[in-house]
Amino acid sequence: MTATASYGRALDLITRVSGVRGAMLVSAEDGIVVAEQLMEGIKGPAVAALAASLATRLLRAMEAAGVGASLFWHLQAEQGALLVVPTPNGILVVAVAEPDVNVGLVRLELLRAAEVVG
Amino acid sequence: MADEIKKLSSQLAQDPDSLVFLRLGELLRHKGQLDAAHRVAVTGLERHPHLADAHDLYARILTDKHDYERAFDEWDITLRIAPTHVGALKGLAFLYFKVGDVEQAAAHLEAAQRAAPDDSSIAQALALARGGHVPQETPGSPPATAPVEEPLPAAAQPLEEARVFAGLEGADEGLLLLDASGRVLGGALKNAQGQDVSDAVAAYLAGVSQEAARTSKLLALGKWTGVAAEGRTGHVHLTAPTGDALLLVVRDRAVPMGRLAIIAQRAAGAARRWLEAHG
Repeated sequence: MTATASYGRALDLITRVSGVRGAMLVSAEDGIVVAEQLMEGIKGPAVAALAASLATRLLRAMEAAGVGASLFWHLQAEQGALLVVPTPNGILVVAVAEPDVNVGLVRLELLRAAEVVG
Repeated sequence: MADEIKKLSSQLAQDPDSLVFLRLGELLRHKGQLDAAHRVAVTGLERHPHLADAHDLYARILTDKHDYERAFDEWDITLRIAPTHVGALKGLAFLYFKVGDVEQAAAHLEAAQRAAPDDSSIAQALALARGGHVPQETPGSPPATAPVEEPLPAAAQPLEEARVFAGLEGADEGLLLLDASGRVLGGALKNAQGQDVSDAVAAYLAGVSQEAARTSKLLALGKWTGVAAEGRTGHVHLTAPTGDALLLVVRDRAVPMGRLAIIAQRAAGAARRWLEAHG
């Protein structure tokens, strides 16, 4: 399977969950969008940059706190959420979701997608 | 039942990630083996921290053990994960009844009824609630017992003058209050070796509040309310008790992430009061 096809498959796993508005693969190092399936109106590049920056700060803070690298994190807001799983190869698997989404289910699919991405 | 417990225990031993712990925990609970059920539920939660049914199971076991405050928290967590979880709605209704809050109990039963309109036990419980009687038994929940005298959940303890998180669990090792520039205002964090890592962690978190706010704004998500993160050996929860301040809660992996949100809520209340008094 080509990288593009595997990325598409990974994103499909996430966006099929009810309440997910979009998904992205983001380079953790520089915040660049690697692949995306977003609803119209979501500014992918800007969100990717901020997600990567937040991920870096969290990673460093968590390592300093002694709880190890983050496996999953979740920005909660009044009208939705950003859910992120970092992969070992430096890709962030990101979902943008509605407020009433089943977080457990999205987390599961993000982890599956992370395995597909490698 | 004993045979099934044996069979499920064996399956779980062979595949510790299996979801059979849900059925096993429930069977042990029904059999009155609450300590064993408790162990099964906690181990299952460590492996499946975002599984609503696991929190629901744990809440029912805690209720059987009369640990109503933690049961309340666990059902609250369940609803954060799955907002229409019928078991959690019924469980919370049950607990509200026990403290005499009929209005909240009825509201939760009504929500459960919307989620499961064919469940006749909900209609029955709702009718009893409206009649002012405690339901005899909510399916999936233990039978009603003596009313609980203490309110649920317990509010944050009164603060000592100088210590922002005084009286709160983990006040000196797992709660940290910082300002927007990453300066520690109160609380402390210690790593597994007991070393104080407050300043280092706070420095890395400088600016997180602004970035979270920008991300939420960009995505039209409204005000950000928290960041929950799962680490290899522990969990963290970040929230902003005021516009400028940031609160961090850190616990080991045995503490479910949803519970951290509840601890954070209570600590944020204490932080707001402290900031108002010392601002």
